[in-house]
Amino acid sequence: MNDPSTNSPKPKIVVDRLNAWFKTAHVLHDVTLSIPALSVTAIIGPSGCGKSTFLRCLNRMHELTPGARAEGTLRLDGQDLLARGVDAVHLRRRVGMVFQRPNPFPTMSIFDNVASGLRLNGIGGDHQAIVERCLRHAALWDEVKDRLKGAPSSLSGGQQQRLCIARALAVEPEVLLMDEPASALDPIATAKIEDLIHELRQRYTIAIVTHNMQQAARVSDTTAFFYMGELVEAGATEQIFTNPRVQRTEDYVTGKFG
Amino acid sequence: MMRLHLRNAVNVAATIACGATVLIAMAPLASVLWLVVSRGAAGLSLDFFTHLPTPVGEPGGGVGNAIAGTAYLVGLACLFGLPVGIGAGVYLAERGDGRLGHAIRFTAEVLSGVPSIVIGIVAYGLLVVPMRRFSALAGGIALAILMVPMLARTTEELVRLVPRSLREASLALGVHEWKTSLSVVLRTALGGIVTAVLLAISRAAGETAPLLFTALNNQYWNAKPDQPTASLTVQIYNYAISPYEDWHQKAWTAALVLLLLVGSLNLAARLFTRGRLRDAR
Amino acid sequence: MRLERTADVTGPVGRAPVAPAGPLLPANRGDRLFAVGLTIFAGIVLLIAGLIVLMLLRVAHPLSASTSIAKFITGTDWDPVQLSFGALPFIYGTVVTSIVAIVLAVPVSVGLAVFLVEIAPARVQPIVSFLIETLAAIPSVVYGLWGLFVLVPLLRSPVEPFLRQVFGFLPLFRGPAIGVGYLAAGLILAIMILPTIASVTIEVLKTVPPPLREGAYGLGATRWEAIRMAVLPYARNGIVGAVLLGLGRALGETMAVTMVIGNSHEIHASLFAPGYSLPAIIANEFAEATGPLYVGALAGLALVLFGITIVLNAVARLLVHGVGSRASA
Repeated sequence: MNDPSTNSPKPKIVVDRLNAWFKTAHVLHDVTLSIPALSVTAIIGPSGCGKSTFLRCLNRMHELTPGARAEGTLRLDGQDLLARGVDAVHLRRRVGMVFQRPNPFPTMSIFDNVASGLRLNGIGGDHQAIVERCLRHAALWDEVKDRLKGAPSSLSGGQQQRLCIARALAVEPEVLLMDEPASALDPIATAKIEDLIHELRQRYTIAIVTHNMQQAARVSDTTAFFYMGELVEAGATEQIFTNPRVQRTEDYVTGKFG
Repeated sequence: MMRLHLRNAVNVAATIACGATVLIAMAPLASVLWLVVSRGAAGLSLDFFTHLPTPVGEPGGGVGNAIAGTAYLVGLACLFGLPVGIGAGVYLAERGDGRLGHAIRFTAEVLSGVPSIVIGIVAYGLLVVPMRRFSALAGGIALAILMVPMLARTTEELVRLVPRSLREASLALGVHEWKTSLSVVLRTALGGIVTAVLLAISRAAGETAPLLFTALNNQYWNAKPDQPTASLTVQIYNYAISPYEDWHQKAWTAALVLLLLVGSLNLAARLFTRGRLRDAR
Repeated sequence: MRLERTADVTGPVGRAPVAPAGPLLPANRGDRLFAVGLTIFAGIVLLIAGLIVLMLLRVAHPLSASTSIAKFITGTDWDPVQLSFGALPFIYGTVVTSIVAIVLAVPVSVGLAVFLVEIAPARVQPIVSFLIETLAAIPSVVYGLWGLFVLVPLLRSPVEPFLRQVFGFLPLFRGPAIGVGYLAAGLILAIMILPTIASVTIEVLKTVPPPLREGAYGLGATRWEAIRMAVLPYARNGIVGAVLLGLGRALGETMAVTMVIGNSHEIHASLFAPGYSLPAIIANEFAEATGPLYVGALAGLALVLFGITIVLNAVARLLVHGVGSRASA
């Protein structure tokens, strides 16, 4: 468990000279970054800078894109994820993901959606209790407890996204990757997601990609700024936004471009 | 001015002509349905559904064995045709963008245009000749071959419609690819596939030509795959071309039964689709 | 290598780790099996195609010993006793009935499609399309039954005598009116291929971009002129494709034709005369054919039929797809 008194929490994920290609295009250059445990790391940068690609490397979802390749070192609690023989499927049970557009399974009920990760992975136990717990953690329980058998399509966009978060939590990941989770939502739903992230960081390590700088400043402890496939600067959020070391970072956070 | 009147007149004439085509097209439909119902209903009775055919001249009798036979043959066809058709469709949707995929897709398209009687000869060569007998299995295989191309193409389209984000959501939960394909992607497309299957079954139940020299016919009940089997369609044909008046009557009644069967399958498919769409809203 | 959970990080409920430590589970086995299974099913499709060609050739093989392809196709003699087989009467019958079917069905189908897409209010189209689908769902043997007991008597009188009176100067409309024959078969075929041509034409017409029509109206055209000037030329390839698809169906149609064509092994000029088509003779004679040469000859007919329909369908689909891709260009 994290000791709140330490200034630098132990890194959960360590990235060392990560390079990624999409066919012949070199999309990530020598990225070196530590993601501290039980905290929120925001990944910011202009469109096309590689931040989503980077996030998807962390749970090896980049492998789904034909022609995509990654090399370098990627360690979760000290273990190399990109090494031969490491099973990506098991990795994804420890490193979960929430996507930009909510994608609940349309043919399953709300309850079944949350439980889907458990059922598909053959995980036993008291599914009722687990589903309720995850829906509570996702701040959705009170809104759906009377219609667990209902269809996800009856929920609003923000509720569907929280449903997807609850679903991701059900398999008990240690890390939660969020790829612009609120960009498809209205401001009120966005605020709820941000509050949720604030709650979740007590139990999970979170890495969130966002194009909204104010959001990054609000929710994260650490921020990493990407530009054209390179990690330009990373550090404590407050420092990045008020006193960046690199000129380009300052230009971006002050809105001169992007 | 005259010219404009002429053009308007032409326009009206063309409109009427096109409207008339609707009536021309609907007339045979109305006639067939009306006659099958009105002439066929006279012979309907519980016995007709449950009894075996009687020899010429004897009253009574039914097409019980033919109804059972059709069910048997279609069942055999599904046994072989559904896995191949749906499996090929899933293959084409998930990994069908290579050369093999293109070849299979093209082949399925071409196959769907082959006349059913030609397929009957293929089944004859494949099964009737080596087995030295007409059999339900041969008939079932012929019907299965007819089902496969359409099922494959429809399944491919339906699976391709499933959004990529659902597959990603499942994989991000740490689910294997094969399980994702079966439990998530296929499950999402399942409704459409069920509709396609119902329609394929309906088509198979209405086929006659390929059965004429594969399953042949049978005056009795049959549950063995290596024996000839009666079917509703072949029975209708035999009754219709016979010279006996009472057999003609039986042909109409059997046709009514066949239309009821085919109609309810189509209706089921339609209702199924509509029900699902309502839930999804 | 499985990823081990480190000791000091427990799940949110402090439970045992979800993925227990242990040796490498061949987690890829499921994926590989699945991929192999799918490929097998897909491969069976190719196998079927190969089997069709193989079986037809094998069953027809005895024929090649007794005659050449040219002689078979042009021969007019069909004599199972003397074992002399010629395919021409049946090719002729297939062609004639198909032409009759096309001549009758195309104007009605295209007119129907034009009416539904261009003229009628939009609400009407789904209803009529549903009725057209119903037409298509009726099994062939039921059409044959109806044809035999309803259409044929009608043709016998008053239709064919009337045609003979009016058009009797043409050899097509001469001879005794017995009801069964090329005309009856052609008519039934026309009814059966109407849904095919109509539904494809409807789809094709729907792809015509509205600006095209609007251009014609802007010039002051009447609705029919707009259809003629703008819509039909654009959709022409697709409509031809639809007609070819219908033709393909007509060529292979068996039961309804068998029941009304009269079953004569000879070629006749008049439409009122009985004849035969390739599928019809196979349907009637295959089950009782004895001897490898007789069976082989019937299989040879099937090969001819197979060849024609394959080529026709390929051309048809090329044309229909061509319109679609132009619409998206």
